[in-house]
Amino acid sequence: MSVSVNIQNLKKSYQKVKALKEISLDILPNEIFGFIGPDGAGKTTLFRILTTLILADKGSVRIGNYDVVKDYKKIRQITGYMPGRVSLYMDLTVEENLKFYARIFNTSIEENFDLIEDIYNQIAPFKNRRAGDLSGGMKQKLALSCALIHKPELLVLDEPTTGVDAVSRKEFWELLKKMQKKGITILVSTPYMDEAALCDRVALMQSGNLMTVDKPEQIVNNFSETLISVKTNNMYRLLGDMTGFEGSERVYRFGDALHLATRMKTKQIKENVHRFLSEKGYQEIEISVTEPVIEDCFLALMEKPTG
Amino acid sequence: MNQKEPIIEVTGLVKKFGHFIANDHLTFKVYRGEIFGFLGANGAGKTTAMKILIGLSKPTSGKVVVADIDVGKQPERVKHRIGYMSQHFSLYDDMTVKENFRFYGGIYGLSRKQIRERMRFYLEKLGMESFEDMLLKNIPLGWKQKLAFSVANVHNPDIIFLDEPTGGVDPITRRQFWEMIYEASDNGTTVFVTTHYMDEAEYCQRVSIMSEGRIEALDTPKALKEKYKAKNMNEVFIKIARNVE
Repeated sequence: MSVSVNIQNLKKSYQKVKALKEISLDILPNEIFGFIGPDGAGKTTLFRILTTLILADKGSVRIGNYDVVKDYKKIRQITGYMPGRVSLYMDLTVEENLKFYARIFNTSIEENFDLIEDIYNQIAPFKNRRAGDLSGGMKQKLALSCALIHKPELLVLDEPTTGVDAVSRKEFWELLKKMQKKGITILVSTPYMDEAALCDRVALMQSGNLMTVDKPEQIVNNFSETLISVKTNNMYRLLGDMTGFEGSERVYRFGDALHLATRMKTKQIKENVHRFLSEKGYQEIEISVTEPVIEDCFLALMEKPTG
Repeated sequence: MNQKEPIIEVTGLVKKFGHFIANDHLTFKVYRGEIFGFLGANGAGKTTAMKILIGLSKPTSGKVVVADIDVGKQPERVKHRIGYMSQHFSLYDDMTVKENFRFYGGIYGLSRKQIRERMRFYLEKLGMESFEDMLLKNIPLGWKQKLAFSVANVHNPDIIFLDEPTGGVDPITRRQFWEMIYEASDNGTTVFVTTHYMDEAEYCQRVSIMSEGRIEALDTPKALKEKYKAKNMNEVFIKIARNVE
């Protein structure tokens, strides 16, 4: 009963800017599918086409058996959409917002209460507070409740966790997993690379292109270089000294370490790096092989020309 | 951190809105040239505290000294000594790059000549000389962000305050931005920064973590990871913010 989404050769430009450069993609029923990429990647444009808010220049999208252009009314009934700029009425209370969205869809808070119960319990203590006075995390939860109030089959969430702190983000993802268990297909976009691991499959997006589409663990497996982590007593100077190091594909800061991607033999590059750093007078040198994460893969893919 | 000379000294800072206590006796120091990460959950009171530090809001009680100026008493004076960049970049979209520099430089009382020199210096450094007469709205986000940082630095402030400066930009641009932060710090500018990216917390020399109006932890990332037996700052953050709930 869960819906699939089929996107074919989708193209969209705004004057000279190519927001989507011919994208094709199939999203399976009941998946949590993530669109990962920075601002300007095309995530919001894609979501607006899927939710029938704008028309593509070319290509087609089907959600279940419905076409986004021909059957737009039907699609609006089965889709819950949470836009990036929070879609709440800031001068209405928590409860008034929920009632408002319920009535638009000809339903009531009570009718589908089981669906939003978990989330609603978290925001219930503030039900008489105006939405504008809620913290960022609470606003997101209320907006999610509003998007779910009509029991959609497809949930489209545009950067629901942007600007939300690490704890609230974690809670938000736990809620999404619960929604998935109720049979909903979930499309979610995020600029936080670490959230990719929480999706069933992801598309890494950049400048209107899909750089890759796969399971997050598979994207990591496909990383073809060796990744070396380097730490020293002076991390700032280290980046300057290591940039362009012989045998490195790229060198960049990563958390408390420096990452160096290479195609050379591990033993040899480790020795080379160690010798170089010792000669430069660094201390507390730690060099180890490390597992790539999605952000390492994203940085590697960004260098490849896409067309 | 040059001889640990404090540039920000906050003692017993309290800020109340009615009965709500947004900042509950904050006491901390930031040293000259330091990169100080000011972290906390949404609603923990970071923005409130930052507004007081930059002279936009008055403390209910307590003392805040920034660059030797008592901010509670002389909020206007402090503004000349600091730069501020918000998450929305605070540049004017319908003005050109040059006009933005002139506008902000003028506010800070710089002469035409000084503004021109500072602008040339930054545009050259960013490789953006050809952008001088472009409207801000036609410039991509990542560039805009680097410009906003340069404009916030136009009057050579002692301290620069950055409120979630890297939201939404790609991983390469985010790293380039942090290189600019390091460079400013190397030149003696103190950097006071908030972020939700926990890997960026690792780039700070010291970080504080706020929860429910109080500073729950303040130390180097390394010391915090050891203390909370966490493998990265994300774990530290979640442990602290979860504990106090």
